[in-house]
Amino acid sequence: MIEAEADTPILDVHDMTVAYNRRPVLWNVDLTIRKPGLTAIIGPNGAGKSTMIRSVMGLVPMVSGTVTAWGEEIAKQRHRIGYVPQRGSVDWDFPISVFETVLMGTFGNLGWFRRPGRKQKELASQCLERVGMQDFANRQIGQLSGGQQQRVFLARALAQEAELYFMDEPMAGVDAATERIVFDLLKSLSEEGRTIVVVHHDLRTVPEYFDDVVLLNVRIVASGPVDTTFNSANLQATYGGRLSILDTMAEAVQKQKETE
Amino acid sequence: MSIATVLNKSATLFGAKTPIPFEGLTTKIAELLSMAPTDVQNAFWTIAVGALCATCCALAGCFLVLRRMSLLGDALSHSVLAGMAAVYLVTGGVEPVPMLIGALIAGVMTAVLTQFVHKAANLPEDSSIGIVFTSLFAFGVVVVSQAKHVHLDLDCVLFGDLAFAGVDLRPMMGWLWPHSFQSLVPSLVITLLFLIVFWKELRLTSFDPVLAVTLGFSAGVMHYLLTTVVAIVTVSAMGVVGLLVVALLIVPPATARLLTNRLSTMLWLSCLLGTVATTIGYFLALKWDSSAAGLTAVVAGIELLAAIVFSPLDGLLGRTIRTVRLRTRICAEDVLAGLFRKQERGDADAGVAVSTVQECIELAGNGFLAAGSIRWLKTRQLLDHSGNRVSLTARGYNYGRSLVRSHRLWEAYLHENFDLPHDHLHDPAEAMEHFIGPEIQRQITDELAAPAEDPHGREIPHIER
Amino acid sequence: MLGNQTLIVLIGTLLLGVASGMVGTFAVLRRRALVGDVVAHSALPGLCLSFLLFHSRSMILLLCGALVSGLLGAVVVALMKRFTRLREDAIQGIVLSVFYGGGIALTRFIQNRYRNEPGSDLESFIIGRAATMLKADVLQIAAVALVTTIIVLVLYKELTLLSFDEQFCRVQGWSTMGLDLTLMLLTAITVVVGLPAVGVVLTAALLIIPPSAARFWTDRLSTMMMIACLFGGASGVVGTLVSANISGLPTGPLIVMTSTVIFIASWLFAPHRGVVWNGNRSRDLDVDPSWLVTESQFADESPADLQIKRGSGM
Repeated sequence: MIEAEADTPILDVHDMTVAYNRRPVLWNVDLTIRKPGLTAIIGPNGAGKSTMIRSVMGLVPMVSGTVTAWGEEIAKQRHRIGYVPQRGSVDWDFPISVFETVLMGTFGNLGWFRRPGRKQKELASQCLERVGMQDFANRQIGQLSGGQQQRVFLARALAQEAELYFMDEPMAGVDAATERIVFDLLKSLSEEGRTIVVVHHDLRTVPEYFDDVVLLNVRIVASGPVDTTFNSANLQATYGGRLSILDTMAEAVQKQKETE
Repeated sequence: MSIATVLNKSATLFGAKTPIPFEGLTTKIAELLSMAPTDVQNAFWTIAVGALCATCCALAGCFLVLRRMSLLGDALSHSVLAGMAAVYLVTGGVEPVPMLIGALIAGVMTAVLTQFVHKAANLPEDSSIGIVFTSLFAFGVVVVSQAKHVHLDLDCVLFGDLAFAGVDLRPMMGWLWPHSFQSLVPSLVITLLFLIVFWKELRLTSFDPVLAVTLGFSAGVMHYLLTTVVAIVTVSAMGVVGLLVVALLIVPPATARLLTNRLSTMLWLSCLLGTVATTIGYFLALKWDSSAAGLTAVVAGIELLAAIVFSPLDGLLGRTIRTVRLRTRICAEDVLAGLFRKQERGDADAGVAVSTVQECIELAGNGFLAAGSIRWLKTRQLLDHSGNRVSLTARGYNYGRSLVRSHRLWEAYLHENFDLPHDHLHDPAEAMEHFIGPEIQRQITDELAAPAEDPHGREIPHIER
Repeated sequence: MLGNQTLIVLIGTLLLGVASGMVGTFAVLRRRALVGDVVAHSALPGLCLSFLLFHSRSMILLLCGALVSGLLGAVVVALMKRFTRLREDAIQGIVLSVFYGGGIALTRFIQNRYRNEPGSDLESFIIGRAATMLKADVLQIAAVALVTTIIVLVLYKELTLLSFDEQFCRVQGWSTMGLDLTLMLLTAITVVVGLPAVGVVLTAALLIIPPSAARFWTDRLSTMMMIACLFGGASGVVGTLVSANISGLPTGPLIVMTSTVIFIASWLFAPHRGVVWNGNRSRDLDVDPSWLVTESQFADESPADLQIKRGSGM
């Protein structure tokens, strides 16, 4: 359904460095995704996995680097990009129903001032059905379990009808049933020719479900197809502790910039 | 009440021949400045009251600011009125002691209610503060507006009467003191006692509540103790500066916070800043015939603005200068590294690379700092400059070599540890070379077992030790 | 029993309550409840300067000045958040008290110097004086209420998205800054219009209390907004009526007290969320206990700024 544009990569991240409080937390990330499929970003806690996808989408400012999607700036391709944030990032007590939440996914393509009409509402119900949450459509979102909340976020992303998805730990703390549903969904999305980048924490499920893997620990240790990249040497390099020199450098940069 | 009545009142008290402390001093100052002795005396006592008030507020306020409870201070100053109003409703009088107790209870109630509404009603904390203090204040205003009692005066609550504080002298312990000392001195004593007794706990719970709890200190108990102290301070200072007590509670400590990282310095500095604010505020009010409390807040705001711009720690001015310096250094280092590389390529005249000013400016990136960076290099004798002929000095050569060494070491390091294509190594190294000192050079050399070449096959220059 | 003057005031406070309820709903949900308070306090010096500049008692001129300095206060808060290391709560307290102090100084100055000029009694703006509202004032409030209603309805979808999930809003390409500015502007206008009636110190209450009370009654944003408008309008009407019938009672504080009563009643008696209702049955029956356990997983990776602050309070 989606035609691969000959040579321009779907996503191209070049020399992306991100700093919090002037201290680099993500070093010189270079990543190119050329063909649709499922990509997992894995790495230890504090490796900057979420930071990476958040800065790729422009939610966190970069110190240096460029990000392009289909050869153009991310900002110009937003309608083709979907996002599933971490569950902890919103106020679940917000007075909104499951259906209304999913409907929000359609707002991006709707544009300013226009109200969602019948078409959007149908789309939202379909998306809700795909994640098996149609029976909860009128619940307030706070009354759902963690896994159900995650599925609502997924449905909302589906309603964005994007070609490139970023998902921040969609499997964190969900029940087995949800995990099953989420993986099936990711699979079918990928079969439809979409590209999905998932921040993931469960190493065991990586070979089973993903096509590509990015091993991240403050910098990209390795990236490529799961078959060749997901090996014990790379995992050792990723999980075997932080690089002390990078820490020293981060401190030096922060200090110089503060008290030159 | 007008100035005249107050003057009359204190004049009659004067008649009782109660002595006034420091009367000799103020009279002498009056002679020196050839002013009326009473004027100087008024000013003297007003400043004293202001200073006392500012000190109490600043000491308690420091912890409000550090513990992110600033808005509670604001809320307290409003809700204290409700306590006074409630006492008036119940007792029908305005005796100072019940008033004080009522105000105190209302103050602590505000803190408790805010937490209660936040937790029990499941509302955001900012909303719950907003709900509690506006409700209490509304209640207070309604009651006070109905009060026929002369001494329960809305104006006094809203604006305070710092300008009269030095005029309103009352006998105490055989001397005539400003009336507000009666409440301010005990509240200062209580604040100081609180600080001394709980110094360790306060410091701990203010800077790191999580650590404090793990060490066994109850942050909650400190929270309510501090709230009580703030309520006491607020009630006593309210008569002097009214609702604007919040300005003295928050602004000087925040200013001090910008100027220092040490708690003890922050405490005395904020007292000083607050006192300066009340003093200048008072004089400005005299000059413009306006409200002393209001102008105190304005002066405190100006102090803060000055701190934001000029603070040696993180001031805007200092930050800008530091950034410009860093950028200049980076541009200058780019010139050095560029010239070194030129020399290395053998593109040199008798072993010394010769360049033009134009080329150097190009190496420095052509930005508006380029010219400055050339000057930077010359004053440090890293660059020889005669006519249009520019070359590296021996020092400059060493400096450039060290930079190129850092650059290539970093490339080697990136190549080893990062998943980066060959042609993507240069840019990160170009950015990082400016931050790699000898120590990090050594670490990288150790870790990579003293590489001789960078990933592109170029020699990593050595440095003689 | 209702005099002509009372009727005017009644309509004015009714509309004011409705507009505040509408804008306040989003302000509260976007955690901007206290911005209204900052704007209200910061408006005072602008009001005074406007008087000094034009020497006119025209309400619209005064309120324009108030709006400018109120917005300036909000902008200063944003700038200080960006350029200093002070915390937001301290910044709000600072801006609020310094601007308010400037306002107090100016009102006192004006009162002492222009004692004989009509309209120089600007101190009435501190607690508000609804009783002196003129027909023209009411017309202005009506116009503002209408405009804010239209803007809120037109931007309903966008404001909902912004308040619920700012990140998602940005990912979809909406200008969150533009939307936040619009919300701030709406808040500021509503606050400033409320100044003559409710006063500098208490106007924020109208933005905060009715929506908070409405939240107890419903889980739907649209319903919550309507109830907030209803509560806001009711507070205005009841407050005005009480103050009209008992001489000497100030209208503004009475309006706020009415809304407080509504808030408490809602808290106690609202179905599902109310205290009385919950005494009989627990509403947490169908919450999966697993998410309590897994909540901690979000703490490690993400930087502090993206976490919605819940609880803590320290």
